[in-house]
Amino acid sequence: MAKYLLLKHYRGAPAPVNDVPMDQWSPQEVSAHVQYMNDFAARLEKTGEFVDGQALAPEGAWVRYDGEGRPPVTDGPFAETKDLIAGWMIIDVDSYERAVELAGELSAAPGAGGRPIHEWLEVRPFLAAPPTITE
Amino acid sequence: MDEVLLRSLTPSVLTVLVRRGADFAAAEDAVQEALVEALRTWPAGPPRDAKGWLVTVAWRKFLDQARADAARRRREDRVEEEPAPGPVPAVDDTLQLYFLCAHPSLTPGSAVALTLRAVGGLTTRQIAQAYLVPEATMAQRISRAKRTVAGVPFDRPGDVATVLRVLYLVFNEGYCGDVDLAAEAIRLTRQLAARIDHPEVAGLLALMLLHHARRAARIAPDGSLVPLAEQDRDRWDTALIAEGVGILRAALAHDRLGEFQAQAAIAALHADAPTAEETDWPQIVEWYDELTRLTDSPIVRLNRAVAVGQAHGPRAGLAALTALDASLPRHAAVAAYLHERDGDLATAARLYAEAARKAPNLAERDHLTRQAARLNTRRRL
Repeated sequence: MAKYLLLKHYRGAPAPVNDVPMDQWSPQEVSAHVQYMNDFAARLEKTGEFVDGQALAPEGAWVRYDGEGRPPVTDGPFAETKDLIAGWMIIDVDSYERAVELAGELSAAPGAGGRPIHEWLEVRPFLAAPPTITE
Repeated sequence: MDEVLLRSLTPSVLTVLVRRGADFAAAEDAVQEALVEALRTWPAGPPRDAKGWLVTVAWRKFLDQARADAARRRREDRVEEEPAPGPVPAVDDTLQLYFLCAHPSLTPGSAVALTLRAVGGLTTRQIAQAYLVPEATMAQRISRAKRTVAGVPFDRPGDVATVLRVLYLVFNEGYCGDVDLAAEAIRLTRQLAARIDHPEVAGLLALMLLHHARRAARIAPDGSLVPLAEQDRDRWDTALIAEGVGILRAALAHDRLGEFQAQAAIAALHADAPTAEETDWPQIVEWYDELTRLTDSPIVRLNRAVAVGQAHGPRAGLAALTALDASLPRHAAVAAYLHERDGDLATAARLYAEAARKAPNLAERDHLTRQAARLNTRRRL
């Protein structure tokens, strides 16, 4: 088994097919979308492939160390940041092909007009534990 | 309390229930419940007869569930059903359990999980922790696996090769959690080897023992990987090596070579060398030729190129490498190593950095990054 991160972006991914911002949908369409995401996670739990799913607030701050005895420096949020992550799902699956298949299903979540968003999701493999036998 | 004893009793307790007529899935659930109860209550008051206790408690759990199911069915269907008497197979039940849990209809991941629970006696929580997934996910993976094999007859002989594949995965691809999966894999393979006289079972056991023998030397105190050539060989477990070599010799005497015996033979040749420089590389190349013939795996060809480089010089290794697809995992790492030995440090450093970017795990990535950094530092001096 191998773990993959399915990454959803607020910004930075190529434009989806059904490209209407969520605040322009009807309330029922928003509910249908949320329901689809919940059902998807529940289904993955049943197949024994679900690890974690989280959503992130769009606004964050940049933080860095500023030297001994000084508080960290914070900055931002920067409106121009190109890549803005909206959330993720972590899956544990038998193959890369399965990870792609599941990302495809997640990308079919309904949006405006109840039609699939065709949103681009980023699929990233986890760095696993090293195998014992290498030679 | 002795958790390993508890685990080792699991398959025989489970097969007692199946012999008494319980179906596999329900019996396996009942044994799991009994195990969880044992883990909870035995520390305060361990029973005198551990197996008897487990059988009694598991059987009671099974009956409770069967009654609840029957009552539910009566409510739902108003139909009375007598449980069918189970078959009493005249074969080694524990062996049958290995076959069932590694049935070819299961995906490797489900077979691993089911084997660890039903044969290994681990709890769902322990398995979930070992593979870093939520307990609910692992519970579902195991239930699905049991549904998949629900129609498989328990007394049919299975395929040893699939069992070995599963045990190999448990040994080779575990995380380092509370449960020592490598030790569990060895225990389960020993138990299998005691039940079946098969040179590849012995070969896999020897392979595991020979690699386990190096474990203390494989990981530095800071958690980083130590490559074979740099390992402190005084820290290798000589008793495990001797046992592995003995098992391998006996297996090879059958003259039915298989991939695990060939891999174990390579591990034995490494184990046999007092220093890395004294390694018998020409003989290792011959074993890789055997392995190539047995598996035709590109990974084996890649490892063979390393061995050729050691036996006949880096140019020969690089020549062996040119025949292979550069997109293979670890291709860049092997090329980097051979170029460094050939004295081309610039190419080696570039390839080490490329290999680090492609590394499939953190320990390897860090190791390869250090190699690139070492060469780049040396080139600046």
